[in-house]
Formats: sequence, structure tokens, C-alpha cells
Amino acid sequence: MKSTAADDFAIEFRDVSYTSPTGQQVLSGLNLEVRRGQTLVLLGRSGSGKTTALKLVNRLLSPTGGEVRVNGLAAGDVIRLRRSIGYVIQDAGLFPHFTVERNIALVPTIEGWPEERIRTRVRDLLQIVGLEAQMASRYPRELSGGQRQRVGVARALAADPAILLMDEPFSALDPLTRDELQREFLALQQQMSKTVVFVTHDLREALRLGSRIALMEAGRLVTVLPPQDFVRSDDPWAAAYVRAFGVGPASAADGDAS
Amino acid sequence: MNFFYFIMQNRGQVLELTLEHLWLVGVSTLLAVLVGIPLGIMIARWPRWNKPVLAGANIIQTIPSLALFGFLLPVPWLGERVDRLAILALTLYALLPVIRNTYTGIRGVDPAVVEAGRGMGLTDRQLLFRVELPLAVSVILSGVRVAVVISVGLATIAAAIGAGGLGEFIFRGLAMVNNQLILAGAVPAAILALLADLSLGWIERRLRPR
Repeated sequence: MKSTAADDFAIEFRDVSYTSPTGQQVLSGLNLEVRRGQTLVLLGRSGSGKTTALKLVNRLLSPTGGEVRVNGLAAGDVIRLRRSIGYVIQDAGLFPHFTVERNIALVPTIEGWPEERIRTRVRDLLQIVGLEAQMASRYPRELSGGQRQRVGVARALAADPAILLMDEPFSALDPLTRDELQREFLALQQQMSKTVVFVTHDLREALRLGSRIALMEAGRLVTVLPPQDFVRSDDPWAAAYVRAFGVGPASAADGDAS
Repeated sequence: MNFFYFIMQNRGQVLELTLEHLWLVGVSTLLAVLVGIPLGIMIARWPRWNKPVLAGANIIQTIPSLALFGFLLPVPWLGERVDRLAILALTLYALLPVIRNTYTGIRGVDPAVVEAGRGMGLTDRQLLFRVELPLAVSVILSGVRVAVVISVGLATIAAAIGAGGLGEFIFRGLAMVNNQLILAGAVPAAILALLADLSLGWIERRLRPR
């Protein structure tokens, strides 16, 4: 696993900068790579550029400088690319006029899967994310926040993408539900080994879920460290986070899946 | 009771003028929908067009209806058949609510939902037909409802240029100072407006996304 060959990387940021249409420099000089099967956590406060970095991966935004390579490619059919990447956002962004089943089935449907296969897939996914089968016919408004987020994850996994982008997916949940979903995420990730980029501002969540933590501040990457090193880091920004969350070196160990 | 007696006596003509009225309103609304909804979608997609299109529709709305009918009368192809002219004028008036509500409806769709759709790899077209329009449909329909109710009223004025409709009774009644005649035009027109409002309102509620 120590190989540095480029095809080991699912995602690479090469000297990436992004300036918003209003002229604000959101990201600059970002160099970062995500290995296949790893969970990279982008940690930072709001405005640090972490969500922007995430959206550059599925090209909801295009870099104004440098390039973002996904599976070695920096260009290509953007629609194909997005369908091969799962996307989970805060509050799930479920389609309110679709049932749970149609929400989950959206990408398989537009990809033209046969109906029987879609139904089977939806049933399997509901089970994977821990929802009962009868949830399939519910509408998003009839679900709790945790259930909606589970549907969001199921929807992202529907076409079995190798890469999963998660933008603060658990931030709006109550602590107990969040804990539950984090635990299930780890269990899932152990089975499926997706390449995950996970955005959060919560250091505890980062320590628990990440293979590596990329700390961002004001549009720049401060440091990238595995959780056990992050808590011991003498980098001032990392240390500030560790202080603010009151976590010691011990906390990195309990959440570590690997 | 004289009024009802009059209606019964002339039910053939009342029916004929009502159907004419419905024809004017129906065709113009259909045209306004066919033009207005795509325009509304366009300005929701490309906000640069937002101001000129809405301003144009607004200006049309401020032209007094009698004056608009008058302005259009000398136009060659239109002036030949006054019902064409009336339909065009009514269509122009109906545009604003349709365009504006289409725009508002689409812009009102939760940005998180649109972004989720985009991020999942929906094309612009799929996003429009599977997400934006279904979620905006009740707002768009309420614009159509406003347009229809306005048209039913305005269409009475079309009789001034001889385009028929229930306005015939009203203008004739005004000329003859005959209240029964005025009511024979006004009451069915009011009933039409009410019925259109109620039925479209009902459909609108059925289509509202839950």
C-alpha cells in the first residue's frame, strides 16, 4: 500500500485554485490526493474552502487554475463523471416530490436499468443503510432527519460508484443519531472500501471517520495527517482544533476503523 | 325576475356568446401558456434576460385594453378578422402572470435539491423535467389561473371591436341604457370567471408537491 503510482490515486488536486465569479479567491495552491479506498476528511471552518474543494471533484465547479484529476483524468464527459460519483449533502437534498424508492432509484432509472433490477437494488440499499422495506413508499417529509440522511446515502450508493463525496452529511443531526450514523458509516466503509471525501467542521467526526485529515484554513491546505498524528501535531492550526474540541491522543484510536 | 326571464327568452344567444367568450379566453390562454412558460423557463435559466422580458410583459399590461384593441386594428393580417386581434391582445395580457409565475416557481425550488440533482449527473433537461417543473407546477398553474380570470373580464371589451363574446350584451345594454342586457353579459362572465378560478384552484392544490 506504499506505492505512489498515479493510478493508486482516485482523486488528485494539482496546484488547484478557485476564484468565485464575484472575484473572491476561495482556494489557492491546493495539492492533495486521495488514495483508492481511503476516507479523506476535509476539515475546516465555514469559508475555509472545503466545500468548494469537494465540488471541484464532481465539477459542480471548475477550477480557475491547476487541475483536478479523477481516476487520472482532468477532462471528459461531466454527466458520466457525476453519475460515477456518489454525492451526499447536508439535509440530504432529497427530491420532495419523489418517494424514497424513486429518490434512491433516480440514477439507475436515468441510466436505463431494467425495472426488476432497480427494485432489487432499492430493496438491498434500504437494508444496507438500515431502513425498513416499507419506507420505500414514503415521501421525504414523512421521515426523520436521520432517516432522510440514510436515504441520501442509499441514493448516492445506488449505481455503486467507486467514489463518494459527502458534504457535512451528519452535521444537522442530533448527537445520538449522528453517532449512530457515524458508526454505520464505518461499518459500511469496511465492507465497501469506497474512496470517500468527507467534509466536516467537527474534529471528533474527522478523527473517527478519516483515514487522513486535510485541515483547511482560508482557502489553503494547512496540513494532511492521519488521525493519530493529527492530535499530536505541533502545527498551530491543528493544535488549535485539538484544544477547541478538547480531544487527546486517545480519541484518535477509538474511532479508527483500520 | 325580469332578468331571468330575459335570459330564458334569449338562451340561444346567451349560450352562443358564452361559447364565443370561452373560445376567446381558451385560445388566448393556451397561446399565453405556450409562449409564457418557455419564456419563464428561459429567464429562470439565464437571469440576464429576466429584466427585459419581465419589463416587456409589464409594459404590455399597463396599456389600457381598449387602446390596445384600437392600436392593433390597422395591423394588416390582424385587422381582417377581429377575433384574431382579440385573441392576440388577450394573449399579450395573459403573458405576464404566466411568465412571472413560471420564473418564480422555478427559482423557488430548493437550491439544495437542484444541486443534489446536478451532482448526481442529471442533464439540464432531466433536471428541468424531472425536478424543477414538477416542483414548480402549482406556482405556474396559479399564474395561469390569474391569467384566465383576467382574460374572462378583459374579453368582454373585445366586443367593442366586434369580436363577439359576452361583451356584446354589455355594450348593447350600455347603448340602450338597458340594465337587463348589461346583466345578461356581466353575470355569465362573472360565473365563468368564478368557475375557472375554482376549477384551476382545485387542480393546483392536487398538483402541489407534498
